[in-house]
Amino acid sequence: MYDFTPLVQAIQNYLSAHFSPGVATAIEWTLVILIYLAFYAVLGLVLVYVERRICAFFQLRLGPNRVGWQGTFQTVADAIKLLLKEPVTVNKADKLLFNLAPFIISLAALMVLSVLPFARGLQAFDINIGLLFIIAISSIGVVGILLAGWSSNNKYALIGAMRSGAQIVSYELSVGLSLITMVLLTGTLQLSGIIESQANGWWIFKGHFPAIAAFFLYITASIAEINRGPFDLPEAESELTAGFHTEYSGLKFAFFFLAEFVNMFTVAAIAATVFFGGWMPFHIGDWEAFNRIMDFIPPIIWFFIKVAAIIFLMMWFKWTFPRLRIDQLLHLEWKYLMPLNLMNLILMAILVYLGWHF
Amino acid sequence: MSELVLTGPETETALTQEYFINMGPQHPSTHGVLRLVLTIDGEIIRRVEPHIGYIHRSIEKMCEHDSYRQIVHLTDRMDYLSCHMNNEAVCLAVEQALQIEVPERVKVIRTIVSELTRLASHQLWWGVMGMDLGAITSFLYGFRDREMINDIFEETCGARLTMNYNVPGGLMFDIHPNFQKRTKDFVAHFCTKLPEYDRLLSDNPIFRSRTEGVGYLSKEDAIGYGVTGPSGRASGFACDVRKRLPYSAYPQVEFTEIIRTEGDCFARYKARILEMWESLRIIEQLIDNIPEGEFQAPTKQVLKLPKGEYYQRVETARGDFGVYIISEGNKSPYRLKFRSPGFSNLFVLDKVARGSKIADLVAIMSTFDYVMPDIDR
Amino acid sequence: MFKAIADYFKEIYQTIRGLLVGMGVTGKYIAHARREIITQEYPDNRDTLQMFERFRGEVVLLHNEDNEHRCTGCSACEVACPNGSIEIIWARREDPETGKKKKQLETFVYHLSMCTMCNLCILACPTDAIKMGHNFEHAVFDRSQLTKVLNRPGSRLEKGVEE
Repeated sequence: MYDFTPLVQAIQNYLSAHFSPGVATAIEWTLVILIYLAFYAVLGLVLVYVERRICAFFQLRLGPNRVGWQGTFQTVADAIKLLLKEPVTVNKADKLLFNLAPFIISLAALMVLSVLPFARGLQAFDINIGLLFIIAISSIGVVGILLAGWSSNNKYALIGAMRSGAQIVSYELSVGLSLITMVLLTGTLQLSGIIESQANGWWIFKGHFPAIAAFFLYITASIAEINRGPFDLPEAESELTAGFHTEYSGLKFAFFFLAEFVNMFTVAAIAATVFFGGWMPFHIGDWEAFNRIMDFIPPIIWFFIKVAAIIFLMMWFKWTFPRLRIDQLLHLEWKYLMPLNLMNLILMAILVYLGWHF
Repeated sequence: MSELVLTGPETETALTQEYFINMGPQHPSTHGVLRLVLTIDGEIIRRVEPHIGYIHRSIEKMCEHDSYRQIVHLTDRMDYLSCHMNNEAVCLAVEQALQIEVPERVKVIRTIVSELTRLASHQLWWGVMGMDLGAITSFLYGFRDREMINDIFEETCGARLTMNYNVPGGLMFDIHPNFQKRTKDFVAHFCTKLPEYDRLLSDNPIFRSRTEGVGYLSKEDAIGYGVTGPSGRASGFACDVRKRLPYSAYPQVEFTEIIRTEGDCFARYKARILEMWESLRIIEQLIDNIPEGEFQAPTKQVLKLPKGEYYQRVETARGDFGVYIISEGNKSPYRLKFRSPGFSNLFVLDKVARGSKIADLVAIMSTFDYVMPDIDR
Repeated sequence: MFKAIADYFKEIYQTIRGLLVGMGVTGKYIAHARREIITQEYPDNRDTLQMFERFRGEVVLLHNEDNEHRCTGCSACEVACPNGSIEIIWARREDPETGKKKKQLETFVYHLSMCTMCNLCILACPTDAIKMGHNFEHAVFDRSQLTKVLNRPGSRLEKGVEE
């Protein structure tokens, strides 16, 4: 049920029957690129709206509720406003790097999106080193931040960029280690394989305590890696006004903004894939009737429900906690997250060796 | 100022250079138009130079042309968060000079409204403190509770912020019939919300690590720089005017002067939180015991202070506020000087913030609770 | 050694506990968001919006249904005003009934742009001719519109005020 493989196969067959192989591949690529770009933009808009709304409810406000039903088109209006704004370039800024930075950040965010499996067969790029690819690409984003901060000719932006550099270099380790902990269980780096391995139960349930610990370590570290929540030091608005994107305006600013929200989605999606079974429905042991009903819900809905839950958790963190200081941030990583991750890894290795997981 | 400064013994291998950064006049956490010129080494602050004057309105000079009744409303525009106490200071000075005996009722109402103003100010401070440290949600929670106090003020004196509720000799209006009920409702409401403030910020480990041990101010420096109010008391400087030189109904009420000895950001934070409890206590003692009587003492049409010098101190939400009047016997003062607490509290910043990080400076500034119009006047 | 490790984990436990308590506060509010939100949707609730009786929005000169006001043009409010936002222009005119020359209000000029709503003019008025109005929507596109004439055209002094 709900398998997208035949659909993808049908498109493939249709194209290769009517065009030469080269042209067919080119058309396929174009289709994928267009779909992902559209998804990227829509995702950004939706997430910005959701974030503003949820933050408003946390703070006992109403949030945007004027444009469209319950303010749903508020972000569209904002996007139009940003499009119409003047893209100011600062005097003595490094023009090339200044204009390049938003694209690097968007590119990194978009590339990670390409390996995510949304449902069975609904995945653009199913490589066998999917998880490694994600870890590698997600740290390219920092190059964009560094370039933005460096080229803006602004001290606030520079401080923000430098903070970001220190932050991402350290937190990448924890992200990687916590995912490696799970790879011990899954036995594969391929994302579709990781999901298939959870057909009889999600890893967070099957992996006992180390999996739960790995989940929280992963969430903490990856929030820091995408500069969100209590770890938003690179843009810390009460200290550095807007951090690395202080000097950006108009569409270029929108690129940063969009990338930030898409990154949030990506992080949640990876967590959902690795820990919560991706698009696998929720099953309880041998409750046949219950499992049937759960199977009836399309996998793509399952995927988005899980992602939404994790995103909500991240928003909850952000709207509750104060920001850390840069030295405390690094302390947290090197004194707490990293040793805990290593301990967790050993624990998990023992667990897997003894075959105690389900 | 722009010479190249090389620091550290490792200069042979790595050259570091101190640089300047302008924090403000437009900056989210300078609480108004304050400009700080920071000398920074990486993220570490070497020197802080506050530059003020961006919101100077020459209120002291304006006072020299206004009658004593008119002066009162100008003090609203200084420290707008403790407007009532500022009003009260001027009125007390004038009453002292003219030897007007204000009715008991006035004294009690003044005290209640003062404490409500102090609470409103501290609530706003609490919200802003959280926001400066990145916990934006606290800002809205602080404002929600402040709204109830503002409603009390609006009902009784018609304005929410710049109230101008005092006139020399008494109050502008009698309290509204709903005043007591609303105040009691507020006290009951806020007693349940204050522990929540603690749960959200005070007990939060991130908040604790951001404030504890940060921005230490010793007692000697607090006295030397004249840091008063909760900021001074957090360093162990017993400077509460309400205790030292009681005025209005403060001699009748029982309350504790909050003194802490740590002198860091968290002590200043905690001093304010505890002061809110004390304010609630004072209100609870007085609200049921407002004596009957007039709300104004009879005064002359034109107030002319006898020749001489008069000084009156009150405790505002930020500290020791003083009004110094030199009268030549005319209907306006010859010279009027305000001793605003914010001014003294601001210039200790360089002493406190040296060696800390940019993020700490933000925390330090919010614990000193600056209101720029109060500093510039 | 073991104590150090125990302290390490104890610290982590306490940190997590402190964070969860904080999350409990915000979590409680988002669960009851509908009930707790106190935001007023201002332009929408304009019809039902009721200001407090003593609310100070602007100075108004009261007129009764016969287009009569109570202002004698004594300028007490002008003197009381700290900012010079009230200007009373008066003239000596002949009273049509008694035939005596008498001080009368010509124009009551009110500079809203300078007014700080301090209420001193209302306290100073001996005849209760002016009071604080409840209107607070003062935004205009042109500064000159903030200078208002408070007495309506053709209005007269109410009888019996001066006695």
